[in-house]
Amino acid sequence: MPRVVSAAEIAPTTYPFEIHARGLKVRAGRRMAVDGVDLSLTTGVHGLLGPNGAGKTTLIRALATVLRPAGGELDLLGGASQRDVRRRLGYLPQDFGFYRRFTVREFVEYMAWLKEMPKADIPGAVQRAIDRVDLTDRADARLKTLSGGMVRRAGIAQAIVNDPAILLLDEPTAGLDPAQRMHFRGLLRDMTDICVVVSTHLVEDVAAACTDVVLLNEGRVVFQGATEALAAAGTETDPGDSPIERGYSALLAKGAAR
Amino acid sequence: MTQHASPQLLRRYADSDPTLAADMVWALEVHLESCANCRARLATEASAVAPLVDEIWASIVPDTTPAAVHRTRRLAVWATPAMVPWLAMTALITLIALVADRLVAPPYPSLALLLAPIAPVAGVAAAWARGLDPAHELVAATPRAGLYLVLRRTLAVLVVVIPLMAVATWTSPLRWLLPCLAFTVATLALGGFVGVSRAAVGLVTGWAALVMGPSLVSQRLPSVLEPAALGAWVAVLVAGAVVVRLRATVYTRLAT
Repeated sequence: MPRVVSAAEIAPTTYPFEIHARGLKVRAGRRMAVDGVDLSLTTGVHGLLGPNGAGKTTLIRALATVLRPAGGELDLLGGASQRDVRRRLGYLPQDFGFYRRFTVREFVEYMAWLKEMPKADIPGAVQRAIDRVDLTDRADARLKTLSGGMVRRAGIAQAIVNDPAILLLDEPTAGLDPAQRMHFRGLLRDMTDICVVVSTHLVEDVAAACTDVVLLNEGRVVFQGATEALAAAGTETDPGDSPIERGYSALLAKGAAR
Repeated sequence: MTQHASPQLLRRYADSDPTLAADMVWALEVHLESCANCRARLATEASAVAPLVDEIWASIVPDTTPAAVHRTRRLAVWATPAMVPWLAMTALITLIALVADRLVAPPYPSLALLLAPIAPVAGVAAAWARGLDPAHELVAATPRAGLYLVLRRTLAVLVVVIPLMAVATWTSPLRWLLPCLAFTVATLALGGFVGVSRAAVGLVTGWAALVMGPSLVSQRLPSVLEPAALGAWVAVLVAGAVVVRLRATVYTRLAT
């Protein structure tokens, strides 16, 4: 059954960047976990890379509008209101909780309801989202009966159910086996027309699926550019097994030395 | 001119009647090849295979009606599964209070009445607390998150707790209904500053230490639960409601 495309969906955008942050500061507890980040992201798959504790999760939470910035400016979708932004946002938190007794379909339907989707669109959109993450045959299984990888796919299904303009995925590949990670990267490569931010500490995920990289260290952006530029930043003497890993460690070392 | 096949003959052929002679079958098949009319009639006469054909059709035609909304999800619109154990705990404690009240002599203050103000607090905490609701972070990032959703869940708690208390206290609601509502609103209002679960713990501890304990020791109903204290409870209720309304935006963010 073809989907009806509304006029709002094909209207031209009136803003240059889906995500536009200037001097963004966000607190995590007492610590300033994100400390003056300038970021302009448009459509494409952006890898948010950095060591543990670099502020990736805090930055993603601020972009998901669940944390209030402590300073600086953050415009999402050209400065739309919080509610409008959230209608067009998909968010998968790092350790996302769920109700274990829900089936995959109930879970995604519930999230679609929370995202204020029109009632008539929900069943179709839910089915499409479940199909996209390859959970069709387990759609009516309870979440507690699914493996970790399947649960994460259900999490991705709820994130994409409202056809978001901004998709934020926090460590989506943690706990996935190699085949599932490959499938996930394929899913990412299909999302060329929206702004996807994937946070990860796995360098190979970035190499395989992202068009560009934002490297974060101690709450600041130390590098932003194409994946090839990240690879070019490293030399043979830097630690790492692949060009991208060497570039990653070279840039982190340079950031630390400054 | 060709003679058309009789209905009986067609039926016997369609049902593959073994007594039908082979030459009759040949003649009929030759006729059917050239006669669209008889082929159409053959379909209607096939009574034995018709149910099977219908069944196959039914299984391959795509189901265009959307799946019915599941009961679980319809309930989740009001109360999350995370709230269920807390509401069950509230019901259990109420039951224990009810039994205790039957066992002790009347001059002793009613335990159910003493518990009434803090009865909804646990359910309200489970409605919007990061530690108690596993899906809290997912829900907090959706457009529906906010005061409206919190109040919706709070209402679900009250719908369960108020009838329970009405039965357990078995006295005029004047004594306990306002304190009950005031504590509900106070939990949300304080929760906007320190997080709903911390506010709930604080209020329950405060009530137990300052009112329930002394009342059980002195064996007298505390003066705050006398009808004369109604004015104070109204003041708490109104003040709490104003604070909740003014700080409505905190419920659109991740709870602390």
